[in-house]
Amino acid sequence: MNGVHDMGGMHDMGPIEYEKDEPVFHAAWEARLFALRRAMGAWRKWNIDATRYQVELVPPAAYLELSYYARQLVAFLEMLPKSGLVSKAEIENAIPDPSQAKAIPALTAEKAARLVARGVPTSRDVPVPARFEVGQQVRARNMHPAGHTRLPRYTRGKRGTIDLDHGVFVFPDTNAHFLGEKPQHVYSVRFSARELWGEQAASHDSVYVDLWDDYLEPA
Amino acid sequence: MDTTRRDFLTTAASAAGAAMTGDHENSHSHDHEHQAVPSDFALRVKSLESLLVEKGLVDRAALDVLVDAYEHKIGPRNGARVVARAWTDAAYKHRLMTSADAAIAELGYGGMQGEHMVVVENTAKVHNLVVCTLCSCYPWPVLGLPPVWYKSAPYRSRAVIDPRGVLREFGLEIPEDVEVRVWDSTAEVRYLVLPERPRGTEKMSQEELAALITRDAMVGVAKVALPQEGTRA
Repeated sequence: MNGVHDMGGMHDMGPIEYEKDEPVFHAAWEARLFALRRAMGAWRKWNIDATRYQVELVPPAAYLELSYYARQLVAFLEMLPKSGLVSKAEIENAIPDPSQAKAIPALTAEKAARLVARGVPTSRDVPVPARFEVGQQVRARNMHPAGHTRLPRYTRGKRGTIDLDHGVFVFPDTNAHFLGEKPQHVYSVRFSARELWGEQAASHDSVYVDLWDDYLEPA
Repeated sequence: MDTTRRDFLTTAASAAGAAMTGDHENSHSHDHEHQAVPSDFALRVKSLESLLVEKGLVDRAALDVLVDAYEHKIGPRNGARVVARAWTDAAYKHRLMTSADAAIAELGYGGMQGEHMVVVENTAKVHNLVVCTLCSCYPWPVLGLPPVWYKSAPYRSRAVIDPRGVLREFGLEIPEDVEVRVWDSTAEVRYLVLPERPRGTEKMSQEELAALITRDAMVGVAKVALPQEGTRA
């Protein structure tokens, strides 16, 4: 979706505010929320693309006003009832529905340590042919899906060169909407800064963007 | 969709309202300003945690493991050790540049948000800068969780259109003849910058070198400096 989250190239967002000796979390609730999202993710009722899309659905004015973790909280409160694991009434009242049996946590301390150490790989070991090869000229498609996509607006319609083939990965545009993983190749595509931004950009600078097969066409 | 958006507006509007009663964390021009985080968020998360624990959906011990890992164990010191090793061991550097996941795993690092790593090298002719314009993707196993500025709109919006201006804001002037490469982390590949090894460090051990290497240098917004030159965080 063409949302405010897709902010590459926007002007007037202000100076970069640098905090010296910044703590990992600025408040205890941020840390707890960070952990709660992973612990609930272990129920596998959603995926990383769905959680990103949920954050993108935070209305634009609020998205820009809220801190990173506040946005995550707003999105998490929407995601939970959708998953069927918790009802809206339970969240509002902060009391469990007594008619439901108590569950056994999906993520134990032991599994949490394993999650940290191993992560959740999104590459897929399936034989999907690559549509493009390193060195090939491509064009990012001029498309504007209303749902989730990882094709930034500033690249659409622009010509680039395949710099690296990262291999086969889950496709966010379908995965975010629970429409399947549609695994395909992801490439690092090199765009010259001038192709993206015109003459104002330095002639030999470039931006490398990781793009899926479905985002690209031959140029 | 309409219902979702309406619900969102209700939730977010109250959240945004609460945010404005205290200064949100994106503006930290005063010390300790972040402590004025609205109590609404803190209470909301607290009651949510209690609810999920009572329902048996969440184990508090698992939460503690996750918080402890990123608060105390995983951070830029990991990345600094990777870089210091690459600076002092040519065979390791070759492995790091060609097969980053395996090379980083040799030092015991890897996992969440670093499942697929690529290392990009700064040289006298090339300067690399990492950003995530769409959200806040960042290589957790080697750098820990990202700082607020990395997740902020000013950095995300400008790093791709005006990288030299952004670097100037960080106090780094990149000569015209040096090529700037910006890496926008739009997929699940995470990037680590291998900074240039400063002159005058030839006799230093890996441990001494690692102590010089900052998070900012591994994101690409700083260079590694000798201690007497003065560094920024």
